[in-house]
Amino acid sequence: MLTIDKLTKTYADGHQALRDCSFTVPGAQVVAVIGPSGAGKSTLIRCINRLVAPTRGHVHLGDTDLTAAGTAGLRDVRRRIGMIFQEFNLIERLTVMENVLAGRLATVSFLQAFLRRFPAGDIDRAFELLGRVGLDGYENSRADALSGGQRQRVGIARALMQEPELLLVDEPTSSLDPKVARSIMGLICELAGERRIPALINIHDVGLALGFAQRVIGLNGGRVVFDGAPEAVDEAVLTRIYGADEWRDAFRQEGGEDMLAAGGAAS
Amino acid sequence: MSVNHLENRSGSPGSGDSPIDSYRERWLRSALKVAAIVAVVLAACWESGVLNPVVLAEGLPALGALFADAIPPDFARWREWIVPLYDTLIMSIAGTAFAVVFSVPIAFLAAENTSPHRLVYHASRTVLNALRAVPELIMGIIFVAAVGFGVLPGVLAVGLHSIGMVGKFYAEAIEHVDDAPVEATRAAGCSGLQTVCFGIFPQVLPQFADVSIYRWEYNFRASTVMGMVGAGGIGFELMSALKVMDYQQGMAVMLVVLVMVTIVDSISGVIRRRFK
Ligand SMILES: Nc1ncnc2c1ncn2[C@@H]1O[C@H](COP(=O)(O)OP(=O)(O)OP(=O)(O)O)[C@@H](O)[C@H]1O
Ligand SMILES: [Mg+2]
Repeated sequence: MLTIDKLTKTYADGHQALRDCSFTVPGAQVVAVIGPSGAGKSTLIRCINRLVAPTRGHVHLGDTDLTAAGTAGLRDVRRRIGMIFQEFNLIERLTVMENVLAGRLATVSFLQAFLRRFPAGDIDRAFELLGRVGLDGYENSRADALSGGQRQRVGIARALMQEPELLLVDEPTSSLDPKVARSIMGLICELAGERRIPALINIHDVGLALGFAQRVIGLNGGRVVFDGAPEAVDEAVLTRIYGADEWRDAFRQEGGEDMLAAGGAAS
Repeated sequence: MSVNHLENRSGSPGSGDSPIDSYRERWLRSALKVAAIVAVVLAACWESGVLNPVVLAEGLPALGALFADAIPPDFARWREWIVPLYDTLIMSIAGTAFAVVFSVPIAFLAAENTSPHRLVYHASRTVLNALRAVPELIMGIIFVAAVGFGVLPGVLAVGLHSIGMVGKFYAEAIEHVDDAPVEATRAAGCSGLQTVCFGIFPQVLPQFADVSIYRWEYNFRASTVMGMVGAGGIGFELMSALKVMDYQQGMAVMLVVLVMVTIVDSISGVIRRRFK
């Protein structure tokens, strides 16, 4: 269970990116976080695993208070959280296998990692995951030889390699073309579902958010302005999240209007 | 045009220089700087005698006579040069290896993104600058005094001086790594050392290799003169030949060195291309 309590972030320049955000993700649930650019979506996700230090408020993963964890405690809890990035964040020169095993780096000793002596179980699981994300036979390819969609699949495998209790996903599809974006979003939600891992997914594309998530959180100006089922997202809600004019543009551009109609949103 | 801009200026007091004005001023300032540099260069040339016709008239023919004395080159002692050439080669390799081993840790301390503290950063940068500032020949003289004649002082001199440049280039490579995979490694719960070794090191390895091989090429050239101060290698043979004014033998040694340097340069070129 993930509990966010009055999370606030004020950047060094005085900009308030998050204001008193509170919500709970009780169990395995795919939560889409939507909002206009600059709403604080990335800040929210990064404050959870403290890649960005929150100014105030608390984050609990299970019984662990992330905001109070010391250096070693923070590393422990980060191991329990898998992260997937917009730009994939792979080590381009290394092979797919090495990138996937990077998800286990923190669990092996330095020497083991240096000599690439990962436990046999880890390697088996890496192969299994590669198969699961559709990259059978790519283990020895260099990451920079893959397409964007394939790289993101490596990123997904790396995150799952951690056997995480939570997935943090920041714009997983923004660097991909629409068709690939759809299959990547589908894959993340499917894997989160079958492994019963709660997932917090920042996503620009409202159509994808409504199509795949079980719950939608809307951010605007650093505040949670909507928290509910995708079916409850209607024009009024989108206006609340995106402002009066903007959402239609954002929405149409992503080709999501039919989604709203098909998704059974009241209108 | 200029009238216009004068009007503009008086018309809007306090708004500072007009663009044209400041443009002209900047041009004038750079012209002055260039003039100053030219003056210094000319003065230096004059003082050193390069521009002095009398000195040149005497010097150039002497140089020609010296060259004539060196023809044909005398390769009779070539057997004696094999060991010094071998020494030169191992000095360059061992010196470069010495530099690489010490440059790697210093570079991580001297890179802004991996240095543990500002003070450590500045201290290691200062060490690198200091090492670069002392020429290897001077270090050679010092080490010969400290450990005696031979290849070892040459290795230490070449190696220590190299750290200054190799460490600086390594540090720059580290500062230019892509932060994204580093962030991913941190997000997965890795410690600082793990992050450096598995997030940063794989990214900088090609540049490290490139700099090191290039430095070996440079160090081979540097090693050919270390013998002149008694720090081993072929330089000693050259020095001895010149000392007894056996210019034909001196010429032969220089030709051999030229061939060796060319061979080493091309080997280095081939290896460096592999890392691209
Ligand atoms: N390091 C920083 N220092 C200062 N301000 C920042 C920093 N990072 C982000 N911000 C500001 O905080 C606000 C929220 O940024 P954030 O990246 O969380 O938004 P976002 O919702 O992810 O936007 P996008 O959809 O463009 O990714 C923005 O106004 C941004 O300019
Ligand atoms: Mg963002």
